[in-house]
Amino acid sequence: MDLLAHLPALQVVVPMLSAPLIVLLQPRGLAWAGATASALVSFAIAVTLTLAVLDGQTLEYAMGGWPAPFGITLSVDALTALMLLIVTGASAIALLAAKPSIDQQIELERQPLFYSAWMLAMSGLVGIVVAADAFNIFVFMEISSLASYILIAGGPDRRALPAVFKYLMMGTIGATFYLIGVGLIYMMTGTLNMADMEARLGDVTDINPVLVAAGFITIGLALKAAVFPLHVWVPNAYTHAPHMVTVFLAACATKVALYVLIRFDYMIFQAALVDHQMQFALFAMPLAILGILVASAVAMFEGNLKRLLASSSIAQIGYILLGASFVSIAGLSASASHLFNHALAKGGLFLAVACLAYQYRDLRLSQLGGASKRMPWTCAAFVVCGLSLIGVPGTAGFISKWLLINAALQSGPWGWALVAIILVSSLMAVVYIWRIVEALYFQPPTEEGDVVAEAPLQLLIITGLVAILNIYFGLFPQVPLELANSAASLLWEGAQ
Amino acid sequence: MTAETAILMAIIVPLFGALAIVLAGRISPNLREAATAVTSISLIFVVWGLLPTIMDGGRPAIEVSELMPGISIAFKVEPLGMLFAALASGLWLINSIYSVGYMRGNKEKNQTRFFACFALALSATMGVAFAGNLFTLFLFYELLTLSTYPLVAHKGDAATVRSARIYLGVLLSTSIGLFLPAIIWTYSLAGTGDFVDGGILAGKLNDPEIGLLLGLFVFGIGKAAVMPMHKWLPAAMVAPTPVSALLHAVAVVKAGVFAITKIIVYVFGIDFLFDAPSSQWLLYVAAFTIIAASVVALRQTNIKRLLAYSTIAQLSYVIMAAAILKPLAEVGASLHMVAHAFGKITLFFAAGAIYVASKKTEVQQLRGIGRRMPWTMAAFTIGALSMIGVPPTGGFVSKWYILAGAFEANNLVAVFTIIASTVLNAAYFLPILYMAWFEREPAGGKEHGEAPFLAVLALCITAMLTLAFFLFNGPVIELESQVLSGVSE
Repeated sequence: MDLLAHLPALQVVVPMLSAPLIVLLQPRGLAWAGATASALVSFAIAVTLTLAVLDGQTLEYAMGGWPAPFGITLSVDALTALMLLIVTGASAIALLAAKPSIDQQIELERQPLFYSAWMLAMSGLVGIVVAADAFNIFVFMEISSLASYILIAGGPDRRALPAVFKYLMMGTIGATFYLIGVGLIYMMTGTLNMADMEARLGDVTDINPVLVAAGFITIGLALKAAVFPLHVWVPNAYTHAPHMVTVFLAACATKVALYVLIRFDYMIFQAALVDHQMQFALFAMPLAILGILVASAVAMFEGNLKRLLASSSIAQIGYILLGASFVSIAGLSASASHLFNHALAKGGLFLAVACLAYQYRDLRLSQLGGASKRMPWTCAAFVVCGLSLIGVPGTAGFISKWLLINAALQSGPWGWALVAIILVSSLMAVVYIWRIVEALYFQPPTEEGDVVAEAPLQLLIITGLVAILNIYFGLFPQVPLELANSAASLLWEGAQ
Repeated sequence: MTAETAILMAIIVPLFGALAIVLAGRISPNLREAATAVTSISLIFVVWGLLPTIMDGGRPAIEVSELMPGISIAFKVEPLGMLFAALASGLWLINSIYSVGYMRGNKEKNQTRFFACFALALSATMGVAFAGNLFTLFLFYELLTLSTYPLVAHKGDAATVRSARIYLGVLLSTSIGLFLPAIIWTYSLAGTGDFVDGGILAGKLNDPEIGLLLGLFVFGIGKAAVMPMHKWLPAAMVAPTPVSALLHAVAVVKAGVFAITKIIVYVFGIDFLFDAPSSQWLLYVAAFTIIAASVVALRQTNIKRLLAYSTIAQLSYVIMAAAILKPLAEVGASLHMVAHAFGKITLFFAAGAIYVASKKTEVQQLRGIGRRMPWTMAAFTIGALSMIGVPPTGGFVSKWYILAGAFEANNLVAVFTIIASTVLNAAYFLPILYMAWFEREPAGGKEHGEAPFLAVLALCITAMLTLAFFLFNGPVIELESQVLSGVSE
């Protein structure tokens, strides 16, 4: 089909072009409708691309008809498709639910600009995923970062401003490091196209600049991906952002940077550098383990609901990195499937938080008493997504945890220690999720509002839907698993 | 209805029942109770309808979803599971009758949530009973923990929530920390987790590791309350009595010992385990639990906590019997599962009836209560005698078989444990009986009669069952002997 061939480009172009158009949609509600429609179209494109990939195709698109090493190319393989589904899906679901919450948090006349920034952020993230050359990844990274600064600072919470300033600083450092690394590689190979880069690196004799480049790129992307201990920008940014922005960004923003990190490392450095697999494992594994344990421990003692979940996100990023650091197919497919499952669980949790925030101004756990009586459906959805985050069987989260433990067992003599760490951190997740559950269900009600008031139906239905998806993909995980498995074998072949 | 659909129905019927209970609860309590009754009666029809097929040697199986290659949600009915499902579904009906009397008599809050979660717990129990592989077993095992949590935390005050936290904490951390790695280990060794006659691990695991894996399973299945993983059971006693009666004397705890038995029989294989010296420890741990829990029970002053420690001891009877790894003892294990269920549910029903009628919760308050509540105390007496193992009660039959198995294996430790624990059981039950029937009530006590009719009716039925099981235990023995001979034509 002819249109199919253009879909990789349209995936980026649709949200990008809709951004300026949305600014023009001043009348009440239209901006939201435009943004949602655009996100849904993007999601449909992502689904179509995924179906094509599942058929066994890898789609390549040369922008403007210029062939590969010279022109800009986009490519879509299994891992790309998985990420596209996550980014566009998270954006579409968040926007579908967003209207009541955004109406409450953002003045009407600023809304078109806000939604337009949302579209830019989304097109940037999508662009990072599909771009097949290192420089365009940087360009899209800047687009998405600048737009998400606006999104995070766009709410009524003034504390978002220092948070975003911190994010801006660290994000810029990360992007600069990345750019320095790419520059070094360009110096050595004369190309920016990633496939070409890999091929030409084989001929490079002086390997030291490439090694330095690998260091810069890995650290830069780890900053963007909030890998422990470079995560300090995350808690405040997630906590003070408008609630729906948190849903969107928590589900996909850091994962995209992690995606680039894993892809760059496996596809380029591991193939070109001797012993780099070992270097990567020794760099990533301790950070992943520390991240999992420290962030989970912080979450266990955190009192603010959103900040607690943000800490948990850092731990979950650790899981994804841990899987990748095993340097095995099993580990990679555990990582890839956790990308998807964590997006589902954490997206659902933050949606439920948005529902709660609609009625409760103060999101500290001590202020949430009696919520289960006032908002039974929201709380039920929260519990389901929380179970998925813990990794209880029958939910999506269990699938990736099973894969991860299996991969850890196969990873050599230290496998059992790794399994123990994963299990201990699961138990820590039980603790921090259950603290919330007890607050919602058993704490005596606070004075604030004795009325029974659920969140608006629109918000509630989508939240419930995501909760059901968490169960559905726990019982029928075939499609995401197939994507994750072929993504893993792609990366693995790339590394050889 | 084919046997395959009946399996799915057994899980779905209580699920829809829970939904119906929630919906009906918004209209009227009577309609809600009707929904419970209809659900439990339909469940009995579904589950007991499977019985003839299994008796004839049929093993209906069905696969719902294959999650990953080799790992699927699948069900298979075999004699042990059939027995457990039939027991739990049958007692649910009686327990529902009792619950209505108890909850109304006590004017409890949140009754709709209570009955709905009860139905959910039964759905999970059916899943545990019919699970066809380790993964499915684990799935429903965890669901059972989660669905019973709201029941334990029912009262909602600070002390209850703290106890419920212990309940959830112990059960989840053992299952995630030990049971799950055991399952994954098994899958990675055998490539499958299916329950197969004769086991799946033979020849794939060597000696010291066999004992280790067995340990992960036994302590990971915290519901079986083998010491030191037993703390959750006394903690769970804060729940309303019907919960303690059905779930913490039958469904939940039996799900634990049932899972261990099933793993011994269908994952390890009896013969394989018998040849592994490193698996011997299980017998000693179970024996220790029996004696220790009985000694602790001696010192309890609260009726329900006393019954909880008695349950811990009795559960380890089943495990010890299974660990003797001899045919007669295995028969004794399943007989004891049933006999203890009848006896202990009667005891809990009686304790609950006493609480509803008189608000008494302590052993010392029972002086002379036999005259005020003759029916209740008669049933209590029958239950207590069954715990001790006096004929003509069900408890005698199962102890007989376990003892016979112990002699067959020349296992003096088991023999000694059974005798010692019988003495201990008598030492903590007989004084209660004496107080209730022969001592005088202290003056100035509250005037009260029997508990509400429905509650008394239920406990009389289970007391009758305890007596009847002394004579009519043929079907259980027949089912169990199928397990041992591996009949499956």
